[in-house]
Amino acid sequence: MPDDMSGDAPSGPEWDFLRGDPDPIAAPLPAAPPSAGPSFGPSAEVFTPEPIEPPQIKSDHHAVALDALSGAAPEPGSPKPDPILMADAVVRRFGGLTAVDVTHLEVQRHSITALIGPNGAGKTTFFNLLTGFDKPDAGAWTFEGRVISGLPPHRVSRRGMVRTFQLTKALSKLSVLDNMRLGATGQRGEALWAAVLPPLWKRQEAAITARAMELLERFKLDDKAGEFAGTLSGGQRKLLEMARALMSSPQLVMLDEPMAGVNPALTQSLLGHVQSLRDDGMTVVFVEHDMDVVRHIADWVVVMAQGSVIAEGPPAAVMADDRVIDAYLGAHHDAPLSIEEEEERLAKAENELQAEIEQASADQSVEGGATP
Amino acid sequence: MDWGAIFTNAIESGLGIDGVYFALAAIGLNIHFGYAGLLNFGQSAFVAMGAYGLATSVSTWGLPFWVGILIGLGGSVVLAILLGIPTLRLRADYLAIVTIAAAEIIRLMLRSVSLKDTFGGTDGLQQYSGAFFEANPYPDDRQYGVGGVEFSSRDTWVMTVGWSLVALFCVLVWVLMNSPWGRVLKAIREDEDAVRSLGKNVYAYKMQALVLGGVIGATGGFVVALGQGSVTADSFGSETTFFLYTALILGGAARVFGPVVGAILFWSLLSLTDNVLRQAIANGHISDSIMTGTQVGQVRFMLVGLGLVLMLAFRPQGIFGDKKELALDAR
Repeated sequence: MPDDMSGDAPSGPEWDFLRGDPDPIAAPLPAAPPSAGPSFGPSAEVFTPEPIEPPQIKSDHHAVALDALSGAAPEPGSPKPDPILMADAVVRRFGGLTAVDVTHLEVQRHSITALIGPNGAGKTTFFNLLTGFDKPDAGAWTFEGRVISGLPPHRVSRRGMVRTFQLTKALSKLSVLDNMRLGATGQRGEALWAAVLPPLWKRQEAAITARAMELLERFKLDDKAGEFAGTLSGGQRKLLEMARALMSSPQLVMLDEPMAGVNPALTQSLLGHVQSLRDDGMTVVFVEHDMDVVRHIADWVVVMAQGSVIAEGPPAAVMADDRVIDAYLGAHHDAPLSIEEEEERLAKAENELQAEIEQASADQSVEGGATP
Repeated sequence: MDWGAIFTNAIESGLGIDGVYFALAAIGLNIHFGYAGLLNFGQSAFVAMGAYGLATSVSTWGLPFWVGILIGLGGSVVLAILLGIPTLRLRADYLAIVTIAAAEIIRLMLRSVSLKDTFGGTDGLQQYSGAFFEANPYPDDRQYGVGGVEFSSRDTWVMTVGWSLVALFCVLVWVLMNSPWGRVLKAIREDEDAVRSLGKNVYAYKMQALVLGGVIGATGGFVVALGQGSVTADSFGSETTFFLYTALILGGAARVFGPVVGAILFWSLLSLTDNVLRQAIANGHISDSIMTGTQVGQVRFMLVGLGLVLMLAFRPQGIFGDKKELALDAR
């Protein structure tokens, strides 16, 4: 079972946006409301969407995607003008637990789509299904119009849909450069018979190395090229994993929690890289807990809860959606939060009950004939 | 004490039939364990496939020598595929369990009474190496060697072929592991899922590695079969696999020369401790109340084991390994 299936207590930085704590990212946020009372809890101010301003257009691809998405209805399963990925009736059960039950989902080409949801919502499981790392109980999905459900992970990847992992999978005992070269597809020297004849693949290898160095430079890892990947910091590994995925020139990049475990100094740079993927013509789908990240870079947000897509739409609209708030905080998030409050409500209810009883007995005695 | 004899014996043991046989089998194991990360605990079965493939073909079925070699190689390929199909899709530990069980099944089958007519039971098989020694270019009227280290003409011929194979496979491993194919293999050892996500068919690579290492292990079987002139099933027990792992880790896994140097050192050390103890007892340096000559066989393994424990404590990367690389595992 994926690790995001466990745990239910809302804790950790990803909940900060609900709590009104200071933004962990250096980006500006409205100051926390100076309200008295419990600092923990949903206060109306926190959910007020930021003033909806037209998103800044970063590139031609971005403009195209935003234009397309502006026509899409902000509701679960809404059709998009030019979907690169379409999923239908995807179901995955673990014993009695239905981890994923997605009726319909489309991902707009050239967009950055965020997949959010509370712990255990089935985001990573859904990711694993789409990329072939897990088998669904039912359902089908297409990529670039071709059915890819049922394909093993390496074939999904060869079609142009490459993923990264929540727990970064840098190949520790390979050099950073070898990590990169591994990402290239269609390598002649990867066949056993050809591997023993270096002249067959030396030239291709040189081209791959050049491309790898180019990407490493872009991700500012070029000075680490000769080092073991295991010596990189957590954030650098995330960068390496992303860069490695790009070696195959994918059309769709699936990032599973790209910001998890990355120090804040690197977060901005990672965000920039994610945006640049879209600007270079790729489509990005990413799982994220951190709402500030989502608000900053996502063009479209898909919210999952208990395995289903419960809301979809532009970031600002989704974050103001009652269903989303309920999903994160529970439907009874307006229930009493302190003992005093609870006692107060209880006393009030008891008083009302008492009054009703008195009223009822008074009515009966007025009607008369009642035995004492 | 005759230190000259002790050291020449040690060198002869390391470079002789046992050394070359272990070097070949450990090179195969190095491809499995060192490069692909496959926990193969049944390398002795691949060796047995080579040895018995040759011996059975020639001795029982009366086939020509070269056909026996082909049958031995083919048998190891079939064994690798049979072991790989059910286990390579599963986690690494399943391969370990299945291979150790398969190796025992093969050993018990080879020594079984019901198959005595084919495999010779516990007596094993003999008289299959005629064609090989007919081609022996070394006249057998003298010993070959330098400085007291000497081998018979038969041993010299087996060693010539065996060490040539070792050299060939070392070159092969070096070329392969510096190719994109080897890069994928090493990446699989680090993290299979990452390699899958990059579009490589992990299953196919693991199968290729299992077959390749198994075939090289089978050539070790040819060498030991030819060098000893007889094959017995019980010499291919699980302890052989563990000794091979010992030799491999001693030399340094995932290093081209690791298994070769490890195999030589392993047999040299065993011979050295054996000879030192025997001579010390014979010369009265160790009294009978502590140890008698009959106990040397066990004590030498204890001492070599102790040495390996110390080695793992102070030089866990083996002789050729890179400590920095090993430390990466700790993360």
